[in-house]
Amino acid sequence: MSELKEIIISSDKIHTDQYLVNMGPQHPSTHGVLRLLVQLEGEIVHHIQPHVGYIHSGIEKMCEAISYPQIIHLTDRMDYLSAHMNNEAVALCVENALQVEVPDRVKYIRTIMDELSRLASHQLWWCVMGMDLGALTTFFYGLRDREHILDIFEETCGARLTVNYNVPGGLMFDIHPNFQKRVKDFLKEFKKKLPEYDQLLSDNVIFRERTNNIGYLSLEDAISWGVTGPSGRGSGFSCDVRKHEPYSAYPLVQFQEKLDTKGDSFTRYKLRIDEMWESIRIIEQLIDNIPEGDYAVKMKGVIKLPEGEFYQRVETARGEFGVYIISDGKKNPYRVKFRSPGFSNLFALNKMAAGHKIADLVAIMSTLDLVIPDIDR
Amino acid sequence: MILSDMTKEELQAYLTGEFPDAAVSVGKQYVEMVVKAEDLHAASQKLKSSPELSFDYLICLTGVDYPEKMQIVYHLESTLHRHVVVMKCDTADRNEPKIDTVSDIWRTAKYHEREVYDLLGVIFNNHSDLRRLFLEDGWGFPLRKDYKDEVRIVER
Repeated sequence: MSELKEIIISSDKIHTDQYLVNMGPQHPSTHGVLRLLVQLEGEIVHHIQPHVGYIHSGIEKMCEAISYPQIIHLTDRMDYLSAHMNNEAVALCVENALQVEVPDRVKYIRTIMDELSRLASHQLWWCVMGMDLGALTTFFYGLRDREHILDIFEETCGARLTVNYNVPGGLMFDIHPNFQKRVKDFLKEFKKKLPEYDQLLSDNVIFRERTNNIGYLSLEDAISWGVTGPSGRGSGFSCDVRKHEPYSAYPLVQFQEKLDTKGDSFTRYKLRIDEMWESIRIIEQLIDNIPEGDYAVKMKGVIKLPEGEFYQRVETARGEFGVYIISDGKKNPYRVKFRSPGFSNLFALNKMAAGHKIADLVAIMSTLDLVIPDIDR
Repeated sequence: MILSDMTKEELQAYLTGEFPDAAVSVGKQYVEMVVKAEDLHAASQKLKSSPELSFDYLICLTGVDYPEKMQIVYHLESTLHRHVVVMKCDTADRNEPKIDTVSDIWRTAKYHEREVYDLLGVIFNNHSDLRRLFLEDGWGFPLRKDYKDEVRIVER
């Protein structure tokens, strides 16, 4: 007993070393195969070194050997939750290069599908964010509501996740006759459900304590590290491509770019919830006004891009996604580069989480909404 | 449609005045600027710190393998003025390309440069941590056009 007392008394004199812990590649909170080499002192995080590449699939190299319509099918394997936006980026890039103007109907449908994808992605993010912090109920609520969107996708595109709905020149097929009705039914229901999300998680005291003033990222760092999407906008970085370089039907709709300057975990969380309301607003403006017309322009059987370089930016659920195509006039590109939002966002993690406890690291990583194939490509 | 303070032509004229050694042109989408490898770091510094330009956001950094040269392409945006410039820089030696790092100017470049090193074998001078990012050591540089991998790549 006396020995134990001595140890307790002298515990402040115990010399502690910093040590390294591998978080992942199989850790549930990394949402895929990502390894974080965490330097710890006690449970305080000093430095984080992310190690990526466990599912590097060489998509950029593969693209050099295949044709443009085929490239679209590879892009939804990157950020599978923003599959439609990734597809659209390549389709828009090819259309701009060939100076093809797609019908208004295509623009409207693409925008509605974009926002539905964003809603589905944010729902999944919300449910796993709660789960990462130990609130399992959110997981079931989120997946329950997301199912309705996936059903709408299935009916119109034939697929639930990797939709492949875009082709250069328009869409693969027209929308299902039920599409408008089902989207409106879903929105009506979801508008009742979304306040429940707030009640369940946003106003929860434990959740607030775990996220308020945790994981601060300054505006300067957000820009310098290229952190885009809701993660960057939480630091006041106005980076919404839908506003700054509008595409498809975004110039026609009214919506706000949600910005906040506080830069902590809770702000990034709140912005995604706010973004869901904006997505609902955008869909409501478009869904009743889809113009009649063709769902695609007739394109040549073999699509060849003129010589030159083409860049297309779109806003996915995670941030700015870019496609950079260098063409030498053949049917396959000379070089394709994908600028993925997750790649840039991930490496700002050290900036946000250093100095916090290791349990907070999980919460901070959740607010970045990482999808690992998007990083590894 | 790009919502910026300066038109592309104004930006081109301004950049030509500021960087007499660089070749500035107006492309279909963005203003393009080709700088010499020895001027790259100074030019990047100026692009970021000059208040009229303030290109503070590096969107994307790409390495491209051409037959005679290795080219690095920087897509830059100003969050203040909302204009975009595409800066390009060639390395003289295609087989052992070397170029200055810009990771001290735009932080995100640190990992983008590691990716380019990993896939194309471009050495970035003064980079603080130039290691492979995705692949293991001794893999070769798969995005190079002369890369051969008989096991994993099926030629069509």
